[in-house]
Amino acid sequence: MRVGLFVTCLVDLMRPSIGFAALKLLEDAGCDVVVPATQTCCGQPGWNSGDRESARGLARKLIAEFEDCAYVVVPSGSCAGMIRVHFPEVFEGDAGMLARAERLGARTYELTDFLAKVAHRPKVSAAFEGAVTYHDSCSGLRELGVKAQPRQLLAKVEGLGLVEMEECETCCGFGGTFSIKYGDISAEMAERKCAHIAASGAKAVVLGDLGCMLNIEGRLRKRGDAKTRVLHVAEVLAGEG
Amino acid sequence: MHVQSMHFKPRAAEALGNGTLQSNLQKFNSTGFTALRAKAVTEFGSDLFEKLRGEGAAIRDRGLANLDAWLERFESEATRRGATVLFAETREEACELLLDICRRHGVKKAIKSKSMLSEEAGINEALEAAGVMPVETDLGEYILQLAGEPPSHIIAPALHKNKDEVADLFEARHRAPRKTDIPLMTREARDVLRGHFLSADLGLSGGNFLVAESGSGVIVTNEGNGRMVTTLPRVHVCLTGIEKVIPTLEDFATLLRLLTRSATGQPISNYVSLFTGPRGALDRDGPEHMVFILVDAGRTSLVGGDMQEMLRCIRCGACMNHCPVYRAVGGHSYGWVYPGPMGSVLTPSYVGLENALDLPQAATLCGACSVACPVKIPLPELLRSLREKQVDRGLRPARERLAFRVWSWVAQHPRLYALATAAAVRLLRLLGGTNGLIGRLPFGSEWTRGRFFPAPRSWRTFRALYAARPRRLRKNRGQTTVFSSNRE
Repeated sequence: MRVGLFVTCLVDLMRPSIGFAALKLLEDAGCDVVVPATQTCCGQPGWNSGDRESARGLARKLIAEFEDCAYVVVPSGSCAGMIRVHFPEVFEGDAGMLARAERLGARTYELTDFLAKVAHRPKVSAAFEGAVTYHDSCSGLRELGVKAQPRQLLAKVEGLGLVEMEECETCCGFGGTFSIKYGDISAEMAERKCAHIAASGAKAVVLGDLGCMLNIEGRLRKRGDAKTRVLHVAEVLAGEG
Repeated sequence: MHVQSMHFKPRAAEALGNGTLQSNLQKFNSTGFTALRAKAVTEFGSDLFEKLRGEGAAIRDRGLANLDAWLERFESEATRRGATVLFAETREEACELLLDICRRHGVKKAIKSKSMLSEEAGINEALEAAGVMPVETDLGEYILQLAGEPPSHIIAPALHKNKDEVADLFEARHRAPRKTDIPLMTREARDVLRGHFLSADLGLSGGNFLVAESGSGVIVTNEGNGRMVTTLPRVHVCLTGIEKVIPTLEDFATLLRLLTRSATGQPISNYVSLFTGPRGALDRDGPEHMVFILVDAGRTSLVGGDMQEMLRCIRCGACMNHCPVYRAVGGHSYGWVYPGPMGSVLTPSYVGLENALDLPQAATLCGACSVACPVKIPLPELLRSLREKQVDRGLRPARERLAFRVWSWVAQHPRLYALATAAAVRLLRLLGGTNGLIGRLPFGSEWTRGRFFPAPRSWRTFRALYAARPRRLRKNRGQTTVFSSNRE
């Protein structure tokens, strides 16, 4: 099973280890993973900001890079959602590209969604000491239905206990460029998320999107919490938490 | 209502810094409508409710697909039953039609039940200017009329006020001893309002739906005031938007199930009033004259366009109840009649894209609104589409447009991208210092004012690290390898 790994630009820049963790999980699941060397960004920032042209160029590039894969797997709900749900919208009115976008979109999965639903033998042989809480990132949850999948996989991690926080499905306030256009509102939303995380008593918050990760970690540290860890679900499942 | 939507940012900043408002919002957020809705949906059956949402959306679409025909049907059925149906193209025209009715019937006092269109059109100001006394009788609206404030929520207009603020207001305006017991405060307001109910010449109501097949208007309320407004005075005027028309009573039954559960979590509201024509020969009560003023005010401009789905809206408020931005900044920040996600679509659509530049932007596109919407309005898609219109019309800062163009161009040139990202990673890592937290981000002060920006964890990008691995590992044909050594 030839699986293309799209690590996303934020993982590429900010947290390479998450890309390698995703790679390990896919390979452990028996996938033949290819990592196109020219991959960059899916075009989501431009698309969400109403700049269709800049999104089109990047979408066209990504489609060409991954078209020969049976599946595309992304360690991010929002980037997977961009490809799966929004690429077809990006190419509205361009029948040729639209068809290609739809074909690729149907084969594109968020990492935990892929491991839980598609991978033949998802293998989790990791351990984690203590309680974690899970933040459901918006696009993964509401565009792709990623809810039970990460929890099913985390349940296989030895020693890990999941405690649900209040409002685990509420946005953390990242919202891409929202976080730098409306910084105060964004930070207030992050603060509310952090308060729920703290109240859960978990020693780590686990999530599946880099944007939320940076936002939550940035706010946790700002409010003086140096201890609560912010971990990508791929890191925990790969035993790198 | 005066449009303040260009001032979203300062108004939101003020709201975030207003301790009383924040604690009032906090109370609403933790004990409010979202929990009640969730409970009601569970009791109804989540799958069944999902199905019902689909039916609701289909009903609204059926009405909107032939809006003109359904409005004609409504007009003929309502007229046949003795009501008068008037159409207003603009908000100003709506006011003129109402004032004309007031003049013709010698109206000195008008009692009102909740109508958001009345807020859109600025009815109270128009009435006052013409020497007619408007009296709001919905408790929340009554409080706001006393306070001289606009609503901050479409179904809980005085949500931003707490009990003590209302107690102060009542004490000052009712000239009665201060009370803080809510039932007693309500009784005091009822006593004041009772006189107005009995002395008013005209009742002005809104309309949740217009049923085409029977020519009926419908209001869905929890206080008895709506029924008194529509039955006690000589003249009843129902003021609502033209998009509220639905084909049948059966459709109304479906939408009612959705509306009350989505709004307040009630299986049905305390009152559901259908008004069909004025008092008949055998009726013991009801108005002598019944007039519908159906207002366009921008609605037809959405028909047939990419915002048409917005016209499905049945004004339940679920989108704002579930919106994390609304829950943080409250309704007044939005600066016009409609707050929250539905307001962020309606305001630019009705008052002009250029008069509400922040509203489509001030959303994380988290989608909480669209999954709660009883008629499945794709609010995040509509907001994104408005952002695209802003870009197309040159309403975004040149700097921002350039940034996206540059990013897109660089990201389409992988080698250049590698150079740029390598430099960025090094710079950010240096800025992060020993603890890996950036306190001041160049061009990103909005971020770092309330948060640190966590620095990259590695000196190199994933792409660089991956390319540097032995070819054997990069080919990876089914090998299982542990890569933890790659963490730097």
